[in-house]
Amino acid sequence: MSVDLATVKRVAHLARIAVSDDEAAKMEGELNTILGFVEQLNEVDVEGVEAMTSVMPMPMKKREDVVNDGGKADDIVANAPESDENFFLVPKVVE
Amino acid sequence: MTRNVRRLKSDHKNMTELTRLTIAEAREKLQSKDITSAELTSAYLAAIEAANPFINAYVAVTADLAREQAKRSDDRLAKGEGGALEGIPLGIKDLFGTEGVHTQACSHILDGFKPRYESTVTSNLWADGAVMLGKLNMDEFAMGSSNETSYYGPVTNPWRGRDNNKALVPGGSSGGSASAVAAHLCAGATATDTGGSIRQPAAFTGTVGIKPTYGRCSRWGIVAFASSLDQAGPITRSVRDSAIMLKSMASSDPKDTTSVDMPVPDYEAAIGGSIRGMRIGIPKEYRLDGMPQEIDTLWQKGIEWMKDAGAEIVRISLPHTHYALPAYYIVAPAEASSNLARYDGVRYGLRKPGNDIVDMYEKTRAAGFGPEVKRRVLIGTYVLSAGYYDAYYLRAQKVRTLIKRDFETVFNDGVDAILTPATPSAAFGIADQDMAADPVKMYLNDIFTVTVNMAGLPGIAVPAGLDDSGLPLGLQLIGKPFDEETLFRTANVIEQAAGQFTADKWW
Repeated sequence: MSVDLATVKRVAHLARIAVSDDEAAKMEGELNTILGFVEQLNEVDVEGVEAMTSVMPMPMKKREDVVNDGGKADDIVANAPESDENFFLVPKVVE
Repeated sequence: MTRNVRRLKSDHKNMTELTRLTIAEAREKLQSKDITSAELTSAYLAAIEAANPFINAYVAVTADLAREQAKRSDDRLAKGEGGALEGIPLGIKDLFGTEGVHTQACSHILDGFKPRYESTVTSNLWADGAVMLGKLNMDEFAMGSSNETSYYGPVTNPWRGRDNNKALVPGGSSGGSASAVAAHLCAGATATDTGGSIRQPAAFTGTVGIKPTYGRCSRWGIVAFASSLDQAGPITRSVRDSAIMLKSMASSDPKDTTSVDMPVPDYEAAIGGSIRGMRIGIPKEYRLDGMPQEIDTLWQKGIEWMKDAGAEIVRISLPHTHYALPAYYIVAPAEASSNLARYDGVRYGLRKPGNDIVDMYEKTRAAGFGPEVKRRVLIGTYVLSAGYYDAYYLRAQKVRTLIKRDFETVFNDGVDAILTPATPSAAFGIADQDMAADPVKMYLNDIFTVTVNMAGLPGIAVPAGLDDSGLPLGLQLIGKPFDEETLFRTANVIEQAAGQFTADKWW
C-alpha cells in the first residue's frame, strides 16, 4: 500500500499538523519508503495468532473508586500558554 | 606566580581524578570521608562548563540545586546516614519530569514546560540521596538513533576515530546521557529505551546501558512515546554502577498500572557470581548479510569469553527476528500518534495563534514538532485510520506475539541468556548523508535491540572492544523477564575480559 499527496494531506489534517504543499510532497516520498519497509510483514503467517495486548502477563491493577488526589487547579494551569482564573483559554469554539 | 600555576594544575588534576571515579568508587570515598559530595559536585559542574560547548550533552544545568543537594548529602554522610546513592551526581534525560526544572523531551512544542510533579524514577533517586546536575539532551520525544532530531542540536560523541577529527554521533535517543557519562560529565545518567535508545548509545560511547524488563521501572512522570515499549534504565561507566543505579530507579508504583508488584532484588549482589554451567544462546538470525567483519569478530570474542568462564554455548534460532523492526515501525508510531495528541497548545508549551481552534492546533503542532516526529505521527495516524487498522496495527501486534514466542521457546529449552552484537556498526558521522536521505537506514541502527522491546525483555549493552579506527563496540545480553541479575552477572564477565574504555579528552 502507498499514499498519494491527497492522502498525506488528509492524514496531516487528522493529526492536526499544518503542512504546506512542498512539505506534503516531501512527506509523500518518506512515508512511502516507510510503508514499503513495513510491507514485509505480509510475508508472516499470522493465521490463528492472538494480537498482543500486554507484553508482560499481569492482571490489571485496580484501586478503590475513591477520590485520592485533587485540589491542584493552580498546578494544572501553571504551564498553560493562556489561562484565566483556573480556566484554559482557547479561541472561540461555539458561535 | 609559579605557585599559582602549580596550584591551578593540581586543582585541575584533582577535578579530573574526582570525575573519573565510578559510582561504586565515589560511594566508597564519600562514606570514608576521603571526599565530600560538594567537592565531587563542583568538579562535575566545572567539567560540564568546560565541555558542554563542544559536547552539547546538557540542555539545562541545575548548578544551584546540585550544590544544595550535595550539601544536604554531606550533612547526612557526616552523621553516618545516607541512602544508596548519597551524594552521587547524576544527569537526567530530558524525558523525565523534574519538578520546577526544564522538562521538554528536547522538543520545541514543550517550550518553557516546568512540571509541578516529579517522575517516580527521579523521586526514587533523590530519596536515595542522589544529586541532580541537570537535564540531558536527547532525540526529540526519544525518536531517533543519533540525537540529531533534538530541538537543542546534536550531541557530539566524546569518541573520535584514531585517524581523523570527524565529529561522530553518540547514538540515540539517549545520546546526551551516553555522551555525558563517557565524557565524565556525570557519574551516571538516567535514560529510556523504546527500541534501543539506551543500548545503542551505550555501545557507541563505550558505556554500559541496561533496559530492564517492561514493568520494572515506573513510567509515571516520564514523557510518553510508545507506552507498551518505553522503559527507563541507567547508562553508566561500569556494570556494577548500572546495578547500583537500577536498584534505586526500579520500584512498584501504584501510579503506573503496568508497574510490576515484585520486590527489587539487590542487583549488585549478582555481580562476580559464577556463570559456570549457564547456557548462553547464540541466535543465527543476528548474523546479517553485509555486517562488518569487526562486529562478527567481536561477537566471536564474546562467545569465547563466555566459554572461558564455564558457560555452555547453545546455537539457537529466533525465526521472527527479521520482522521485529517493521512491526516496531507500526506499533511505535501508532502509540506515539496517540500519546502526542496531547500537545495542542492549550495546557502547556508552545502555542501559535490561529483563526479558530483547529487552525491553532495545526499551526502549533506544525511549528512545535520536528520532521522526524511529524513523520512518525503521520505514519501512526495513517495505520490507525479507518480501513487500515487490521492490515497494519493488528497484524503488527500478532507478529509481536510471534516474536515474544520465539524467545519463550528458547528460554523454555533451558537457555539462560542470549548473546548478540549491540549495534550493526560503530558510531557514524554527524549529518551522515545516507541516513539523512533514507529514514529506514537510520531505523536499521536498532535492528539488534528492537526485538527486546517488542518482547518486553531485559537487555544490557556492555563495551567489548574497539574497531580498527579505535571506536567502541558493544555486545548485548538478553535475559528472561525480570532476570536482570543474570544480565549483570554475564555482562560483568565480558567487562572483566574486555576491560573498560575511556575516550581521549580533546574538548
